[in-house]
Formats: sequence, structure tokens, C-alpha cells
Amino acid sequence: MTRKQKRLAVIGGGVGFLLAAVLLVMFAFSQSIAYFYVPGDLATANVPPGTRIRLGGLVETGTVKRGEGSTVTFAVTDTIGTVPVTYTGILPDLFREGQGVVAEGSFAAGRSVFVADTVLAKHDETYMPKDVADRLKAQGVTLSGKETIR
Amino acid sequence: MIIEIGHYALILVLATSIVQSLLPLAGTLRNDPALMAVAPAAATAGFLLTLFSFFVLTFAYVTSDFSVRNVWENSHSLKPMIYKVSGVWGNHEGSMMLWLLILAFFSALVATFGGNLPDRLKANVLAVQGWITAAFALFILLTSNPFLRLDPAPGEGKDLNPILQDVGLAIHPPLLYLGYVGFSVCFSFAIAALIDGRIDAAWARWVRPWALMAWSFLTAGIAMGSYWAYYELGWGGWWFWDPVENASFMPWLAGTALLHSALVMEKREALKIWTVLLAILTFSLSLLGTFLVRSGVLTSVHAFATDPTRGVFILAILIVFIGGALSLFAFRAPALKAGGLFAPMSREGALVFNNLILTTAAATVLTGTLYPLVLESLTGEKISVGAPFFNMTFGLLMVPLLLAVPFGPLLAWKRGDILAAGQRLFAAVGVGLALAAIVQWMHGGGPVLAYFGLALGFYMLAGSVTDLALRAGVGKVSAGIARKRLFGLPGSAFGTALAHFGVGVTVIGVVAVTAFETEHVVEMKPGATVSAGGYTLTFDGIRQGRGPNYTEESGHFSISRGGVKTSEVWSSKRLYTARRMPTTEAGIRTFGLSQLYVSLGDHMGDGGIVVRVWWKPMILCIWLGALIMMAGGAVSLFDRRLRIGAPQGARTTKAAARLEAAE
Repeated sequence: MTRKQKRLAVIGGGVGFLLAAVLLVMFAFSQSIAYFYVPGDLATANVPPGTRIRLGGLVETGTVKRGEGSTVTFAVTDTIGTVPVTYTGILPDLFREGQGVVAEGSFAAGRSVFVADTVLAKHDETYMPKDVADRLKAQGVTLSGKETIR
Repeated sequence: MIIEIGHYALILVLATSIVQSLLPLAGTLRNDPALMAVAPAAATAGFLLTLFSFFVLTFAYVTSDFSVRNVWENSHSLKPMIYKVSGVWGNHEGSMMLWLLILAFFSALVATFGGNLPDRLKANVLAVQGWITAAFALFILLTSNPFLRLDPAPGEGKDLNPILQDVGLAIHPPLLYLGYVGFSVCFSFAIAALIDGRIDAAWARWVRPWALMAWSFLTAGIAMGSYWAYYELGWGGWWFWDPVENASFMPWLAGTALLHSALVMEKREALKIWTVLLAILTFSLSLLGTFLVRSGVLTSVHAFATDPTRGVFILAILIVFIGGALSLFAFRAPALKAGGLFAPMSREGALVFNNLILTTAAATVLTGTLYPLVLESLTGEKISVGAPFFNMTFGLLMVPLLLAVPFGPLLAWKRGDILAAGQRLFAAVGVGLALAAIVQWMHGGGPVLAYFGLALGFYMLAGSVTDLALRAGVGKVSAGIARKRLFGLPGSAFGTALAHFGVGVTVIGVVAVTAFETEHVVEMKPGATVSAGGYTLTFDGIRQGRGPNYTEESGHFSISRGGVKTSEVWSSKRLYTARRMPTTEAGIRTFGLSQLYVSLGDHMGDGGIVVRVWWKPMILCIWLGALIMMAGGAVSLFDRRLRIGAPQGARTTKAAARLEAAE
């Protein structure tokens, strides 16, 4: 090979590698992005069972029930819609009724129950997950008591 | 009064940094040595003033002076002393002060130990450091002033976020910032060289120690942060691909690439333009990280407060510095001469491969981190890009790089023989596969891929040893001579081998934990047992307790193996009284390099409590590997050829620089 051909081969290899990386990123995006919904969206949005989403809202007061072992059921609401959720595991320290929560998981077959594998309610008592706060505010939900949305 | 003096000192920092950013530059333009000599003095004065200002803030925290708004918001009189001190940077304003302090510290280091630098370069470097200092001093004074007073002074403070009340806060941010901000020196060197329009191998020799230092600190800072999150959050995870973690990981990837490309530039004068660009990009990613963490665009434990003016201000700093640097680069780069030629299969080629993969990986992480933010601001759609995305892209990208790592040091400069290198690594490959097979035979189970991952890790360990053995001539010369030669090897050879060994150790830890960890979530009443990793945990009961600023309930567990009690562990839930905030204090027991991790959940109606138990095999390898990498960086740093103050090397390189200029 001449020097020019060699250089072309090296550059071609580099560009090929970058192309492969771009394709990989696009494929990974198509596989693993989770969209964010509040319960009110779900009446119109068609989310098939098994599709991974993030569901945000308030934990409806009086709905938290402990079942067998460490399974917990509760309802997430944005006052327009309500979705029942089941979760197996330890709830975060800051999980409380009437407080904001983000549940990650997918709908079981039949689309009636949301099976969460991750529940987030983090950081401090005035903290509201930003996604939840924005959406609730947009829908005109006022939060009780000292809760302030930044 | 003392608070106002501290405030005033901070204003003086702004003033000295403006002097530092203008006069030396005027000096280099006019070739006036007196003006250039202002730079070190201004940098040292700026550092001392920042230090004083920082001490004043610390004093306010230590004495619980709640008339200072920042102290009232983040401290409490009952807080233990260590958290009063570390709490100084456990909030937005204080952490920006730490940022500024470390930036000024690095400027002072350049001023003090940069005696062998050409005067013009040193003046320009310090001037660029001055611009960065001025921008951040202005940012603190205008939007994040920690010295604002409250009148009347409240009687008690609001306390520090309990998650941050941990020794981790005393160590993690300073280490991380020493790394993050340390790359500012590389950035300043790049800009200074572009201003002067002269870049040669000597430049790389001057930059490399700074890059090594920053890289070592950043490695330690990231590892420390990971371990802290692991034991403090109670979820048992050690890396979440959280945007804030990514913000520190991207400069690390780019910085690792910079270390390697600077090597090529130093030894062979090739990759000049690319190395300068990497120096700019690495610090740009540090700035971007600061923006992501401090502007409040992300909600996370690191985003203490959200104030839109801060975000806009940091964004402006980001645009001015990155945009300015890249414009200067675009303007000057075409004038740089390309350096030495090399064949694709050579040490240089291997380092180019390293750079290609590391920068692609950094770009991938950047895409995954910014995509949700960009999409939301463009379309309002909210998505999350989580661990699956990063594991798929980053994980796949790393495989060829890790396979290639042992080859790099075995290839010759200019033209290497990959087949010969492969033959020499035959033993390493064999060792890797054999050790993985032994693990499979002893442990069994788990996915097949995991054993290939382990084999990869072991192969990297054996590869580093092979590298040192070949350099010492083991097998070719007598054992005595080989030993003598081994100890006579330059520090950088040991540094390389150690750092690559550390990567292998981390790989082993990551693969073992990912593939073989077990998790058990059970409801337990006193007397109940659960087994994990060959150990049996018996729940003995709950005890109520009280700390200085919290109440806690702790579960006691006895750990036994084969019916014999070997140890015990407490796992607690705390309620911090000032903020009414609960936290989990996981119980962790170490067995060799593996750990049992126990965290408490909710009480059940019938007197039981939910308990989550993990068996984390070889998890300590993850952080141990990072420590070994850091040690490798430190050993390289002490290589005599790179020592910052080595006057011998400087005179020759200065002469070389003059020669090149004359050509």
C-alpha cells in the first residue's frame, strides 16, 4: 500500500468506528428511553402494556396497602386521573401519602395496574420531583399545606 | 465585622484576578518583562485572599453565626464539628467558594513551581487562569454571595441536608474539585500556547504533570463519590448514571484521553493539534459539569437551590470560555505544523485508538446526559435516559479498548509489530482464561458472558505484569540483573503498569457485582433468618437510639456461616429532627473483598419489619482499582523526567523551543 492508501485506510477505519458508535447510540435510544406521564395523560396516550414509562403524581391519601411480604400497592393521582400501582421492595425513606412520587415500570396486561420496579421520592420534605411539579402546576393542581413548588 | 472583612477579601480577589488577567497579557504583547512579572505575584495574592475569605466563611460555620444567611440555611448549632466544617461546601454558595479556592490554589501552584517555564508562556497561562478566576469571583459576588447577613439573626439554623452529614462530604467534593478544576491549568496552557502560536513537544512535557495530577485527583474523587452513594443512600447501587455523576465522568474520560495523547506529543511531536483541542475540551466538560450541577436544570442531591439567574450566568461563562477557546483554536490550529509520522500499528497508533474510543465514549455519555434536557426545552416532552442506555453504549465501546490496553505499552514507537506483541501476551491471555475457568469451577452459575468479563479483567492484570517483566528482561537475563533493571525502570513505566492494573481490578469488581450479586427482600420478625452469599443473617430485634441531632432505630443482625457466629451488623433508620427528614444508614460487613449490605424498610402491621439484604461479591475491587489507578498517576508524576521543577530538562527543552522557532 502507498502512504496515501494507508492514510485513507486509517481515516476510513476511524470514520467507520464513529458511524458504528452513532448507530449504537440511536439503537440504544430506541430501546431504553422512558417517557414521562402523569395519570391524566393516560386516558388519551396509548401506552401498550410492557412499555417502560415513568409515572409521576401524588400518592393518593388512604391508598397505601401492604400486601404479602414486601409488596405494596398505592394509587398515583394528579386529581384528573388515578392509576393503581404495585411495587415489591423497600419504598424510599421519603415515600408518604399526599407527597410527590415518580414510579418507573410498565403496565401489566390489561392496562389496569402499573407494576413499578423503581419508586423515587427523594431528598427532602419540600422536594417535589421537578417533572411532577411542572405537570401538576400546568394542570392547575394546588398542593396542600407547606408544599411549595419551585 | 469579620464577615464583612471576608466579603471584602472576596471583592479584592476579583480585583487581583482582573489585574492578573490583563497586565501579564499586555506584558507579552509588548514584550515587557516587568508587566509579565506581575502574573505570579497577582496569582499568589489572589490565592491568599481567597483562602482568607474561605476561612472567614468556615469561621462563621464553626461559631454557628446565624446572622449569616448561608449559615442559617445550612447549619445547626447541635451539628457535630466535622459537619460544621465540611458543611461549608455542602451548599451552593459554599461549594462555589471551594471551586474558586481550588482554582486560585492551582494558579498559585503554577506561579510557585512554574520557574522553569518560559516567561511568556507562564505569563499567558496565569493570565488565562486570571480570566477564569475573575469570571467565577464575579459569579459568586453577583448571584451566590455566601456573606449576606440576616437581620434580626435567627436563633437556630435550618440544618444541613442529613444525607450530606457524613465524612464523605469532607473528602469527596475537595478531591473532585482538585480534579475538575485542576484541568483548568491544562486549558490555560492550551490557550496560552495558542495565543503565542507556538506549540512543541516541550509544551506537552509541561502540561503532562498537571494533567496527571488533576486526573489522579478526579479518579479518587469519582471513586469516593461512588462509594459514598453506595453506603449512604441505602439502595446498594454504586453507579447510577445520574446526570451529576456523568458530569464528573465526562471530564475524566476526556482527561484520560489527554494524558495519553500528550504522551505521543511529548515523545514524537505528533498529534499536536488534537492534544491542544483535548486540553480545551476536557476543561470545557468540567465547566459544563459545573453548569449542569449548579444551575438547577437537574434535580438531584447536588442541586442545592434553583435560581434562574445563576443558570444564565454560568451558561454565559460556559459560552464565553468554550466559544472563545474554540474560536481561537480554529484561528490558530491551521498554522501548527504536523509532527512525526507513524505507521497505524505502532505505539502512537495504539494511543490514537485509545483516544478515538475514549472521546467517542465521552460523546456518548454527553449525548445521553443532554438529550433529555434538549428535547424538553425544544418540544416540552419529558423523557429519561437511564442506566440501560449507558450500559449498552458505554459498555460495548469499552470492550475493544480494554482488550487493546495491554498491547499499547508492548508496541514500539513509530512502527510496531502487533504479531510479536500478541505472542508476548499469549501467557496473559492464557492466565486470564484459566483464572476465569477456575472461578467458574469453584463458583458455578451465572451468565457465560460474565466469565468472559472476568477473563478480560484477569488478562489486563497479567498484561500489566507482562509489560513490567519484559522491560526488566525477565527470562532473558539472570534474576539478579532483572531485579536490578526492574527497580531501575522509570517511574512512568511503573505508573503505566499500575494504572492499567487498576483498570483490570475495577473491571473484575464491576463484572462480579453485576453478574453475581444477590438481593433478598424479606419481612423479618425477631429470630427470623435469611441467607445470602453463604452467610446466614439472624434478626435479633430493634433498638431505639438518639444521636446529637437525630433519633434512630437500629436493627441488630447476627451473621453466621456453617452454624458458627462470625460477626454481627447494625442497620438503622434515622430521623433528623431539624428537617424531619428520614435517612437510611445501611449495615455493611466486609468479608475479604466482598460485602454483605443490609438496609431496613418499613414496619409491617404484625411486628415484622421489611429487610433488604444484598450479597455484593468482590465489590471492593471497584474502588480498589480506582485507588490503584490513582497510585499509578502519582508514581508517574514522580518520574524524574516529568518533575515540575526539574531545571535540567527545562533548559534543554527551552533550547529546543528556541531552535524550532529559529527554523
